[in-house]
Amino acid sequence: MSRYLTALRAIVAREALRFLGQRERFLSALVRPLVWLLVFAAGFRAALGLSITPPYQTYIEYETYIVPGLCGMILLFNGMQSSLSLVYDREMGSMRLLLTAPLPRWWLLVCKLLAGTAIGVLQCYAFLLVAWLWGIRMPWGGYLAALPALVVAGLMLGALGLALSSLVKQLENFAGVMNFVIFPMFFLSSALYPLWRMQEAGDLLHDICAANPFTHAVELVRFALYLQFNPVALGWTVLATAAFLGLSLWGYDPARGMMGQKA
Amino acid sequence: MSGLEVHNIGFRYGAKVALEGVSFAVEPGRFCALLGPNGAGKSTLFALLTGLLSAPEGTIHVAGHDIRREPTKALARMGVVFQQPTLDLDLTVAQNLRYFAALQGLSGREAATRIEGALDRLGMAERAGEKARALNGGHRRRTEIARALLHRPAVLLLDEPTVGLDAASRAAITDHVHRLAREDGLTVLWATHLTDEVDPSDDLVILHQGRVLRHATAGALTGGAPLTEVFLGLTRAAA
Repeated sequence: MSRYLTALRAIVAREALRFLGQRERFLSALVRPLVWLLVFAAGFRAALGLSITPPYQTYIEYETYIVPGLCGMILLFNGMQSSLSLVYDREMGSMRLLLTAPLPRWWLLVCKLLAGTAIGVLQCYAFLLVAWLWGIRMPWGGYLAALPALVVAGLMLGALGLALSSLVKQLENFAGVMNFVIFPMFFLSSALYPLWRMQEAGDLLHDICAANPFTHAVELVRFALYLQFNPVALGWTVLATAAFLGLSLWGYDPARGMMGQKA
Repeated sequence: MSGLEVHNIGFRYGAKVALEGVSFAVEPGRFCALLGPNGAGKSTLFALLTGLLSAPEGTIHVAGHDIRREPTKALARMGVVFQQPTLDLDLTVAQNLRYFAALQGLSGREAATRIEGALDRLGMAERAGEKARALNGGHRRRTEIARALLHRPAVLLLDEPTVGLDAASRAAITDHVHRLAREDGLTVLWATHLTDEVDPSDDLVILHQGRVLRHATAGALTGGAPLTEVFLGLTRAAA
């Protein structure tokens, strides 16, 4: 067992060192949601009225509504980015180095996933701190309760990235996937508007948003921030994590040969 | 057998045959050169040897362990130097080595002692804290070889390890690995398309279009003729 933990610690440490070494990555990870919060949300506050919907018990401002969605956005970008680094790693050879370690492959991939999630959750807290300084404050306990929710959401989005990286062979294709995955996932969710707003726009749109696992990840975080537990959101997020992880294990299976194929 | 044993390996990408009926063995203490032109199937063979791919036909044994049935045991006895650079350039030399040691289950004092020893042998002890980016190509390769030996493997696989290096670094690394086989009893498989990296006493496997054309000691195969001419003659005749 200690061999497993030694490897996990090393993989997380490497990911953290790399992240800290790339200051631009940290800044852009922080600036992106802040632009949404400070510019987009401020502009939309006047246009969008939000009635009281769970977990909120009073009228809330749009800036407050959008915070959990922006945490989701951080995790979404982070999940895609760490798998982008997987694709890059694979071309550079360090993915080969990782996968030839004498440990089961599923464990090595899980380590990679946990490492990426840890980085993503850290970014979320940095963002929540800035939002707090800006005056958007959750109950104190909510910041603690959000931790497991952010971890589950991060794992789900990281697993999605891992699955994509195993199926996408080249960097260029990956940029396309980013556009076809990140934007639809983010916009067709409850991150920016509550689902009942979507219903006003059309039933089909509402159904797509309600089926989007990203919606459930965001709702899980939203409820946790207000010290409420959303079992439905948790169930769907865990289910999606399992499905994406299964897909990535399949994609990285040596008998299927994704790894060895020449670009 | 404790070295490397490849038996009747076949592999195809879709309909395209990459390897067919490949068999050879390397004994402990032997340096075996795997010589083949580009596209001969060397990289595919390496992916199979390291378990990145798995072959539908044939078996591979590393230090007595079947790579398909006991992958972790086989990988634990194997050191690999990939053709692609695998050092993390933004991390220091020591951080790179520590990362790999941990993947092999080595940590704490044990890892530190081995890393120190490896850097000492390379004459790079004072560069442990430098970013890998600061090393030249030859030193990067030497670091990767030292790293591949940290867990004291029985079998060392190198996939075109001298690509992109100048003549002096190339000669130094080739000598270094020959010595590892001779003095430490390591089983070495060295893939290359450069005939001047092969000594007459080395084992030689010539791979061409996915098949083994010849398997003998280099000296016996050439009978004193220059290996380059023999190699070109063989691959041309088979094409």
